[in-house]
Amino acid sequence: MILLELFLGFLRVGCFSFGGGYAAVALIREVVLSHGWMTEEMLSYVIAVSESTPGPIMVNLATYIGSSQAGVPGAIVATFAVVLPAFLIILALMAVLRRFTENPWVKALLLGLKACVTGLILATALEMLASNCLKGGTPDLTAVLLTLALGGIYFGFKPVFKKKLSPIALIAIAAALGMAVYGV
Amino acid sequence: MKRSKLLWQLFTVFFKVGLFTFGGGYAMISIIEDACVDRRGWITRDEMDELVVVAESTPGPIAINCATFVGARQGGLPGAIIGTLGMVLPSFLVIFAISRFLDRFLEIRAVASAFQGIKLAVSVLILDAGLRLLRRLPRKPLPLAILLVSLAVMLLVNFGALRLSSVVLMLAAAAVSLAVFAAQRRGEGKR
Repeated sequence: MILLELFLGFLRVGCFSFGGGYAAVALIREVVLSHGWMTEEMLSYVIAVSESTPGPIMVNLATYIGSSQAGVPGAIVATFAVVLPAFLIILALMAVLRRFTENPWVKALLLGLKACVTGLILATALEMLASNCLKGGTPDLTAVLLTLALGGIYFGFKPVFKKKLSPIALIAIAAALGMAVYGV
Repeated sequence: MKRSKLLWQLFTVFFKVGLFTFGGGYAMISIIEDACVDRRGWITRDEMDELVVVAESTPGPIAINCATFVGARQGGLPGAIIGTLGMVLPSFLVIFAISRFLDRFLEIRAVASAFQGIKLAVSVLILDAGLRLLRRLPRKPLPLAILLVSLAVMLLVNFGALRLSSVVLMLAAAAVSLAVFAAQRRGEGKR
């Protein structure tokens, strides 16, 4: 029964995908290929689409694969399954953590994890900036200038206008700039 | 605020966040913080930091963890369900439409160009999320040491010089911070 298979497959993805979307892609690959839901080539295309559309990559992949296998019910079942573990775990943790936030052990643990996560996020930012601005080892001048412009707009907005530019506005500006520079 | 109005707000805010979240969870941290901390005060800055840590240490999409957390904090179980639903719905609708009707989605020139631009903005937003966390990190030896080691190791991983899951790094950070805390306690006990 395909719906049950989709549910169990994506439940597994939702339960074991630690560390954000890119780690989950490997797990999803394994699940999809082992079930023979898609060819390797098709899956690569679907992953590319999921990365260039809004929303969490895991959710996008679940919806796409579910829909391709079993239409609307498939899309709903796969999406529900991939979201369910995160939803339940957070509700459970909230109930537990609230009682322990003043515990010194928990405080020490959270501080250490916070430092680690800060490092992870900064490393991801630096890697993305570098890979965006380099094309095959040589600097891509257009991308460098566009990145500087976007960074300037985003970080320079507050000192000038006394108000933060919303990240959503930045995304919209970037999409418009991209279309203006790279053509439609 | 009236309950139905709050639930509607949770839905619309997370729908908007879901609609503009590109490039994975990290970019979304800036968007969520802007919407839920800066503009509405639904959660505090400290809670936001803790949320990022918890989201990163638990399985599942970071965006879902955040929507569930903020929704539950503001509106209990119905809030958690509505927030999460709002977050998922935009991607569901967009992907569903693409999978049905646009099998050559990525070959549309305007889409590819817009995404070229968005990719650059996403790196700026992730940098912002990282810098915000950095600014609020206590200036003490242990957190700073963990930060520098994680940053260095993850850069090696990201640039392909090393193979290591970020989960291992987080487990190591957890173990080190608990061990140091235990040692400090024993030191204080002896004095």
